[in-house]
Amino acid sequence: MFRFRLDGSSGVPPYLQLVHQVRQALLLGYLQEGDRLPTVKDVAADLVINPNTVVKAYRQLEHEGLTGGRPGQGTFITATSSPVPPAAHQDLRASLEAWLRAAGEAGLDDEAVTALIAVARQDLKQDLKKERV
Amino acid sequence: MTQDDADGSVPALRTDRLGRRYGKMWGLRDCTLEVPAGAVAAVVGPNGAGKTTLLEMIIGLLEPTEGRVDVFGQTSRADTAGSLGRVGYVAQDHPLYRDFTVADMFHLGRAMNPSWDQNLADVRMDALSIPVNRKIRRLSGGQQAQVSLTMALAKRAPLLVLDEPVSSLDPVARLDFMRDVMAIAADQALTFLISSHVVAELERYCDWLIILSAGHVQLAGPADDLLAAHQLLTVPRATLDADLPGTAIQRTDSDRHSTVLVRAGADQFAGYGRPGWQADPVSFEQLIMAYLQRRPSPRSYDNPAPAAERPGTPAKEVTR
Repeated sequence: MFRFRLDGSSGVPPYLQLVHQVRQALLLGYLQEGDRLPTVKDVAADLVINPNTVVKAYRQLEHEGLTGGRPGQGTFITATSSPVPPAAHQDLRASLEAWLRAAGEAGLDDEAVTALIAVARQDLKQDLKKERV
Repeated sequence: MTQDDADGSVPALRTDRLGRRYGKMWGLRDCTLEVPAGAVAAVVGPNGAGKTTLLEMIIGLLEPTEGRVDVFGQTSRADTAGSLGRVGYVAQDHPLYRDFTVADMFHLGRAMNPSWDQNLADVRMDALSIPVNRKIRRLSGGQQAQVSLTMALAKRAPLLVLDEPVSSLDPVARLDFMRDVMAIAADQALTFLISSHVVAELERYCDWLIILSAGHVQLAGPADDLLAAHQLLTVPRATLDADLPGTAIQRTDSDRHSTVLVRAGADQFAGYGRPGWQADPVSFEQLIMAYLQRRPSPRSYDNPAPAAERPGTPAKEVTR
């Protein structure tokens, strides 16, 4: 049975952490179509979190088309494959690794890399917004 | 059990301009809020903020000086059996008769509550391996807390009020207790109102947040919505609060830049777009601490009016 974890210091809302973990597990193949997710009560007791948080995460996953509920049986993974095609995923990862290597050689540490990515992502968002207008 | 199930139905708790005066001092005033059925709501605030005053009026232990409090649509009045029956209460120090056995306590509960569920009490003690023939004073702090919670649950009240339920417990007992509360919340259609000092842990437990300070509600609503309505902006020092999107709640000035915790609608955050500004999400703890450290505001912020409607709101607190 899939088990969730919770990072109290990440600053990411708990329900989003649960959603991310399912997405990531799908991407990495740890979760596959037909797998059952633990019940809301089990997750609430296991992580000692509000059951409404689990309900919210499961609803979001269903909304994204990754899971489906079967009455009386629980929540099941319905996605057939990872949302990103494996080849595209591999290419992106390779170019990211190359970029990270270049950043390291240029003297950027982890923190600088994270800050640069955040700034670039934000600027890109702004640009895309302007293009749309 | 979820918030959505409660849509259109009566809220578990509704207060309307609720206030209580002690002599010349108001312990709580102008408190208007709502908690939907099925929520796990946290009440936070410094000592003297009015937490216990609020809780005691909800459970019918204290008569309001003004305003009203409704539990599932029915007004709570002090000393009426109806009010007491709708709310289960776990008091701060788990006041139990120390020379009574657990079974004696349950006997008392049965005598005082017409809706008492003895089976629930027995099953819980069994599951927790607490011997019912043992005297209260021979139980651990965690076990006493569990007996208190069981007394409140066995009343079969739809609203449970827990006043600092874990403050006297060690970390393991605290986690075990809350694990149990979360499992109960998942299993049964109960609404919880929990007051706590342990701010860091609250995010896990609560989907509804009520921040009290100086006898007034500073912030109240669904925790996720409140978090989404706040951001931590890093801006050049010269930036005026008036140029920020929304309302500055807490501002820390450095030599060249300032960090401002800002409250605004999502559309305001999306549209600010200034080069050199950085926006970060606010953590649950940051949000609570910012409001608790803020100079107590006499006005109520429980109604999330768009900040744009309050031009020039004085919120220029400078920390450090």
